Amino acid sequence: MDSFFILIPLLPLAGFLLNGLAGRRLGVRLAGVLGCATVGGSFVFSFLALLRLLGLSEGERVLAVPVYTWIASGDFSASFGLLIDQLSVTMMLVVSGVGFLIHVYSVGYMHGDPGYTRYFAYLNLFTFAMLVLVMADNLLLMFVGWEGVGLCSYLLIGFWYKEDEPPRAGMKAFIVNRIGDFGFALGMFLLFTAFGTVAFEPLRERVLHALHAEAPQLLLWSTPYCAYTVLTAAALLLFVGAVGKSAQIPLYVWLPDAMAGPTPVSALIHAATMVTAGVYMVSRMGFLYEESPCAMGVVASVGAVTALFAATMALVQEDIKKVLAYSTISQLGYMFLACGAGAFAVGIFHLVTHAFFKALLFLAAGSVIHAMSGEQNIFKMGGLRSRMPATHWTFLAGALAIAGVPPLAGFFSKDGILARAYEQSGAALWLLGAVTAAMTAFYMFRLYFLVFAGESRVESEKAAHLHESPWVMTVPLMILAALSVVGGWMGIPHLLGGHDRFGEWLHEWGGAHETLLSHGTEWVLMAVSVAAAAIGIFIAWRLALASPGAAARLAEGSGPVYRVLFHKYYIDEIYDAAVVRPFVRLSEKCWKGVDEFFVDGTLVGTGTVAEWLGYALALLQTGAVRHYLLGIFLGALFLMTMLTGVGPVFDWYVQGAQILFTRALGTISGGG
Amino acid sequence: MIATKFYILLGAMLFAIGAAGAMVRKNVLVILMCIEIMLNGVTLTLLAYAVENESAVGQIAAFFVMAVAAAEAAVGLAIIVAIFRTAHATSVDEIHLLKW
Repeated sequence: MDSFFILIPLLPLAGFLLNGLAGRRLGVRLAGVLGCATVGGSFVFSFLALLRLLGLSEGERVLAVPVYTWIASGDFSASFGLLIDQLSVTMMLVVSGVGFLIHVYSVGYMHGDPGYTRYFAYLNLFTFAMLVLVMADNLLLMFVGWEGVGLCSYLLIGFWYKEDEPPRAGMKAFIVNRIGDFGFALGMFLLFTAFGTVAFEPLRERVLHALHAEAPQLLLWSTPYCAYTVLTAAALLLFVGAVGKSAQIPLYVWLPDAMAGPTPVSALIHAATMVTAGVYMVSRMGFLYEESPCAMGVVASVGAVTALFAATMALVQEDIKKVLAYSTISQLGYMFLACGAGAFAVGIFHLVTHAFFKALLFLAAGSVIHAMSGEQNIFKMGGLRSRMPATHWTFLAGALAIAGVPPLAGFFSKDGILARAYEQSGAALWLLGAVTAAMTAFYMFRLYFLVFAGESRVESEKAAHLHESPWVMTVPLMILAALSVVGGWMGIPHLLGGHDRFGEWLHEWGGAHETLLSHGTEWVLMAVSVAAAAIGIFIAWRLALASPGAAARLAEGSGPVYRVLFHKYYIDEIYDAAVVRPFVRLSEKCWKGVDEFFVDGTLVGTGTVAEWLGYALALLQTGAVRHYLLGIFLGALFLMTMLTGVGPVFDWYVQGAQILFTRALGTISGGG
Repeated sequence: MIATKFYILLGAMLFAIGAAGAMVRKNVLVILMCIEIMLNGVTLTLLAYAVENESAVGQIAAFFVMAVAAAEAAVGLAIIVAIFRTAHATSVDEIHLLKW
C-alpha cells in the first residue's frame, strides 16, 4: 500500500514528460488539464498519506518507501527512498495543494501564450523536483530535488526568453543559487566524511551521539570540542545552501529580479516551492542545528536581519511584484528566526500560512496586472476596488493575513515566531522582528491603498478594458483567501484557549513545548505585535490615502534615506563592482590569455606540425615510377641485410642513404 | 651434373639484370618484361635449391610463382593499356598521375 506513494512525485514527472514531449500534439486545452490533473493527483495522494499517518500511533508516524538502491560504492550508499513523516507530509500537502491552485490559475493567466504547453511542462517539473526534495530520505536525493528546483526556476524565470530581462534574471537566479548549492554540497560531504552516511535517520542517531559518546564515532575527531566544530561547520555550510535557495542576506539578490517571469511562477517560487526549500532543509536537519548553539545563533541572526532589511526595501518599491518579492524575503527571514530559536515547527507553521497568503497575493497581483494590460507600477493604478471586486476582496484578505491582524493566518504564525524568538534568542532579535512586523503591515497596506482604493490613476486607454479575471483565476484566489483567513486556526496557542494542534503535530521539531515565559509576558508580546500591525496600517492609510501629498513630502524630507532605500541600498551595484565585474575580467583573461593563447596554441600547433610533416613527406611522391622501384629495392636490400645481420654492409647502406637523401633535397630545392 | 651454385649464380644475375632494367628503362612494357626476368631468376633459384635438398616444396613454389606471374602480367598489361588510352604514352617519365 505504502509503495503507492511513489506516485506523488511520479505524477508531475509524467505530466512533464507528456507535456514536454507531446505538448503540441495534445493541444492547449489538454495540456492545461494534464498539468493541473497530475498535481491534483499528487495532492490527493499526499492527503491519503496524511490519513495513513494519522492512523498510526503517536511516535511511529514514519513511512519509509524504499524505491531502489541508487548508488552503492564501497562504504557509501545512497538509496532512492521516500520518507513520509509529519514534516514531509505537511510540506507535500503545501507543495501539491498550493501548487495545484497555481496550476489552475495559470490555465487562465497564460491563456493564448505561445509557450503554453512548454510552460505547463516546466511547472510540472518544478513540482516534481520540489516533491523529491521534500520526500527524500537522504541528503543526496534531497540535493537532486534541490538542484531540480534550481533548474526549473531558471527555466521559468527566463520563460519569455525573447525579451531581454527574463533570461538575465533567470541566469542571475541560477548563478546566485550555485553559490549556495556549493555550500550545501560541501556540508553534505563533511557530514558523510564524519558520519559515513547521508541518510537522515542514521545521521540523526550518530549526530546525537557525536558529542556524548565515550568512544569517538568516526574518523574526524578525538575530542568533543572537535566534534562540536565539525557539527557547526556542517550546519553552517548547509545553511549557506539554505541562504541561497531561501534568498537570505547575502544571497537574496536573485529573488526580486525573478519577478521577470510570469506571475504564477512568482507565486509558485515564493509560496510552494524553491524558497521554502531552505527552511524545510534546516528543519529536516534540525537535530544537527540543535547540537550547535553557534549555528543556531547564526541562523536566527541572519533571519532577523534579513527580515528587517528586506522590509525596509519593500517600503518604497513602485512595482507591485517587487513589493511582494521583498516581502517574501522578509517573511523567510521570520522563518529562519524561528528555526534559529529551535522552533522549527513554528517556522514550518509560518511557511504554511505564508504559502497561503503569499500565493494569494501574487495571484491577485497577477490578476491586477492581467486587467491592467501588463502595467505593474502601483502609481499608475488606484481605485480598482469597484472594477475588480473578487480580486480586491481576496487581496485584502491576504494583506490582512500577512500584516498579522488577528484572527487571520499570519497573526498566529508570526506571533508564535516572535514569542519563541523572545524566549530563546533574546530581546534584540525579537525587537527586529517586531519592527519588521510594523513595516510589513505598512508596505502591504500602502500597496493595497495605492492599488485598490482612492482615485483611479489608470491611463485612459488601459482603463477602457479593465475587467475582472475569469473564473479559472478567481476561484483559486477565493480558496486561497479562505485558507489565509482560517489557516492559522491549526495552531491557536494555549494562551488563547486553543490546542496548538500544529505544534503537537510537529512536536518532534520543537513544536508544542512548555514555555518559559509567564502569561503576562506572552500577553504583552502579543499586544505588541497587534499594535505594530495596527500602527503600520494606520501610517499607510495616512500616507497613501488620507493626505495625498504627504508621502512625497516625507520622501523629500528624508533625502538620502529615501534614495538609498529606493535604490535597494545599492547592493546590486556593489555586487556588480565587487564580484561580477572582477570575475568577468578574470574570465576574459582566462579566455583570451590562457585559453586562446596556450590551449588553442598547443592544439593548433600540433595540427600545424603534422600538416608540415605531411607536406615534407609528400615531396617523396615524385610521380616517377623508377623512384618508387628504387625505394622498393633499397628497402628490400635493407631488410635482407638486417635479417642476415651484416653489420658493415648496413653501415654502408646508411651512408648511401644519406648521400641519396641530400641529393634528393638538392633536386627539390633546385628544380622543385 | 652442374653444381647448384652455378644455378644460384645465374638466378642472382637474372634478378640483378631484371632489377636494374626495371629501374633504368623508360618503356613500360620493357619494365614489365624486366619484372618477368626477375621472377624467372627467383624461380630458378627456388628450383636449384629444391633439387639440392631433394624436396618438393621448392617445385611447388616455382609453379606458384609462374601462375602468379602469369596473372600479374595480365593485370599489368591491362593497366598499361588503360593508361595508354588516357595518357597516350608508354614512357614512365611521361606518366606521373600520382605526383603530389
